[in-house]
Amino acid sequence: MTFPTRSPISLFARGPIGLLAAILMILSPHLAGAAVFSPQTMTLDNGMQVVLVENHRAPVVTHMVWYKVGSADETEGVSGIAHFLEHLMFKGTKDIAPGDFSKIVARNGGNDNAFTSWDYTGYFQNIARDRLEMVMKMEADRMQNLQLTDDVVLPERDVIIEERRSRIDNNPGALLGEQMRAALYMAHPYGRSIIGWLNEMETLGTDDALAFYHKWYAPNNAILVVAGDITMDQLKPLAEKYYGAIPAGDVATRHRVKEPTQHAPRKVTLTDPRVGQSSMSRYYLAPSYNSDNADQAAPLEVLSEILGSGTTSRFFRSLVVDQSIGTSAGTFYDPVAVDLASFGLYAVPRDGVELADLEKAVDAEIAKVVENGVTEEELARAKQKLLDSAVFARDSLSAAARTLGEALAVGLTVDQVESWPDRINAVTIEQVNAAAKSVFDDKRSVTGWLQPPEGGPVSGMPTAPVIGEQEVH
Amino acid sequence: MSYIAKNTPVLKMRKTLLGLASATLLMTAFASQASAVEVQEVTSDGGITAWLIEDHLNPLLTVDFAFKGAGSATDPAGKDGLANMVSGLIDEGAGEMDSQTFRTEMEDRSISISFDAGRDDFSGSMVTLTRERDTAIDLLRLALTEPRFDDEAVERIRAQVMSGLRRAETDPGDIAGKAFFKSIFGDHPYANPVSGTIASVSSLNANDFREFVRHAMARDNLVIGVAGDITAEELGPLLDEAFGGLPEKSDLPAIPEVTPKFGGIEVIQQDIPQSQAVWGQKGIARKDPDFYAAYIMNYILGGGGFSSRLTEEVREKRGLAYGIYSYLADMDKAELMAGGVATRNDAIGQSLSIIGDEWQKMKDKGVSQEELDNAKSYLTGAFPLRFTSLGNLSGMLVGMQMQDLGMDFLDKRNSLVEAVTLDDVNRVAGELLDPANVTVTVVGKPEGDLAF
Repeated sequence: MTFPTRSPISLFARGPIGLLAAILMILSPHLAGAAVFSPQTMTLDNGMQVVLVENHRAPVVTHMVWYKVGSADETEGVSGIAHFLEHLMFKGTKDIAPGDFSKIVARNGGNDNAFTSWDYTGYFQNIARDRLEMVMKMEADRMQNLQLTDDVVLPERDVIIEERRSRIDNNPGALLGEQMRAALYMAHPYGRSIIGWLNEMETLGTDDALAFYHKWYAPNNAILVVAGDITMDQLKPLAEKYYGAIPAGDVATRHRVKEPTQHAPRKVTLTDPRVGQSSMSRYYLAPSYNSDNADQAAPLEVLSEILGSGTTSRFFRSLVVDQSIGTSAGTFYDPVAVDLASFGLYAVPRDGVELADLEKAVDAEIAKVVENGVTEEELARAKQKLLDSAVFARDSLSAAARTLGEALAVGLTVDQVESWPDRINAVTIEQVNAAAKSVFDDKRSVTGWLQPPEGGPVSGMPTAPVIGEQEVH
Repeated sequence: MSYIAKNTPVLKMRKTLLGLASATLLMTAFASQASAVEVQEVTSDGGITAWLIEDHLNPLLTVDFAFKGAGSATDPAGKDGLANMVSGLIDEGAGEMDSQTFRTEMEDRSISISFDAGRDDFSGSMVTLTRERDTAIDLLRLALTEPRFDDEAVERIRAQVMSGLRRAETDPGDIAGKAFFKSIFGDHPYANPVSGTIASVSSLNANDFREFVRHAMARDNLVIGVAGDITAEELGPLLDEAFGGLPEKSDLPAIPEVTPKFGGIEVIQQDIPQSQAVWGQKGIARKDPDFYAAYIMNYILGGGGFSSRLTEEVREKRGLAYGIYSYLADMDKAELMAGGVATRNDAIGQSLSIIGDEWQKMKDKGVSQEELDNAKSYLTGAFPLRFTSLGNLSGMLVGMQMQDLGMDFLDKRNSLVEAVTLDDVNRVAGELLDPANVTVTVVGKPEGDLAF
């Protein structure tokens, strides 16, 4: 049986066709094990990083190129351009006609897609080992030779607007998430919608896309990640031939404003007749592995595991099982970011339970952990679960590539990925308790309520009469 | 360093707009070539059979299984959602362990056990580290044979199901899927939502759940697929332990025969900026000798993502949609060829009209040799991509048994694709496609005339 999951939308992909779900699920395996993925690395003369994870289960490879640029690097007024460019990267070069990229990959038995987040943009193909050279050649080609004209750009702008309608505007929960982030980050661009604000998306054009492309797309701002049935001896000459031949570019440096001191908790309520099930959620600003207080990141991962991961976590046990006021509850925390991260929580009320009462119960759980901390037993259980999760991550070809690519794209190192189990192992109860006291600061939080208007939600109503068998040709 | 969903080593099948996770669609994408994968049949001393792919790359084991004919289509009248409720409850306490005790055993050992009800079948999945294998098998045994259905768990899971039903009442995709099924299946149980209705779910009780377990889950309707770090010798005794306590015979009502009724456009008004449409017509049985011809035809028409004609015409040329697709679905008593699209309200009519034109064009003129060759090279070449995680492998083994494809399917599958000729595809396109009898369901505020 499946229940709706509530992970916030943090990626937008070029195509919805099957692969997106895989991306969203795989992007965040927990890592662990003495060595996690045991990758091999090198750097090309032009500065492009290369990472390989060998996996010889099947004669296939995952080939990914990550650019260290995302929607948080956009300038004011062109929100959505990072994601729009990601779509437009399939619109051709002098050698590849518009739209042919994916068709060529498919003709060779491969799948491809691309995705955009605040800090990075990625492109990938899953394909037979003997076709790796072909996709590398095409990927290197569009790194430097993208050609865009209005006749392919403008229809694609309509596509991303339809994507926005499908994924955000038609979904009140997604709309609320967008509003909450905008409120959480008062100055930092993480408050920006990745897909873009509709009014700005409508003005994006060919020049905007090309300007963004020339500013950020170059080998010295990119990472090649390959996982699968290939050795470094085989990969190195290919990487040098195709990516190594591209001259380093004059790439812009990321300039991210600092979030100012926040003084007041914020509350965002979305009331919409399309809300069939109300819910509450909250984000707190939190450290990432790159921000101030980065040493709190691993303790916060452990804390999130204890408080809100699974059906035996504190939140679930208290709100859903013991008090019987929720149908689900949990927390989420992802410290892999260039700047600040956020620590999130959510709860869905049972029928007849007011959001205000549910929120009080959530606050009581938070007060309890801030006041009394966690137990040694909880700490030990959480660590073991986190460490075990690495074995599962290792089993998937693309999980390794995604985890390493994401970490490097936000400025972390391979060593930081590989030493993750050690960091988790070293977390002490004092660190978890201190991190809890520090992160649960109301002044740095946004609470969101999603609810139907008084009188209840409005379901879709069939029009009368139902159109009969007519005009069908 | 990333974190999100734990316990997601097994990728779930993609749900379509209609909520039909098409096993057919996935199975047939498991092309076969260079299959270094060996499928073994393991029969335990107690007579339980499983198909196994040994893979010792990581210390992991995945066990997928299904009880045939135990899906929601056999929910008794007035008890819609029964199979689904059981799928949520059966891992919520068993034997001496109440829910929290049982789930603590699972979660602390990183064992995942889950169940799922479809329209036709009731399925389950277990994933464990080798280290915890014995405990995992024991928990699975308990869930299958001694579920408790304690009041606390029943009320909690009922509340979760209700929450999902309330959400579905306003979700355009769910509304469309439900209305579409109602339209084509009428009074047949396939028309009923798998998770039931608020009224039916309110009335279910522990007696219903026990009744279900007694009659629906038995050794005679069980199929098992296993992949990972285990040998055939080690697996045998574990099969007996996990599944040996099940009754020998199931006692399930037959799903009634049905001929779905196709044709007509239904509009369900909802105040949203983008209309969602689903459509469907008669399909083709998985066992039909023309299945692969139809499968290739569908790939070219709307199944092949950026290589499909529908994506080319609706998205690439005109920017009318982000996602558009078609697929073949094979249920026990009915087959469909269906699709979905979402377009802004003032242009959904244009999308539907283009799709209708493409449907007609494919029926009348078929495909070119080049399109056929490209489709074959994708479908055969993408085969090994299905062998990149254990969850894929064990799920595939269950599908192969459910659909009677034979143990050698992985080796012969690509030759089945290769054997399809241009004449086959074009003949099947002419016979199968039926644009005059397509049911369309639209949710939104569509403007202008709608026609397929």
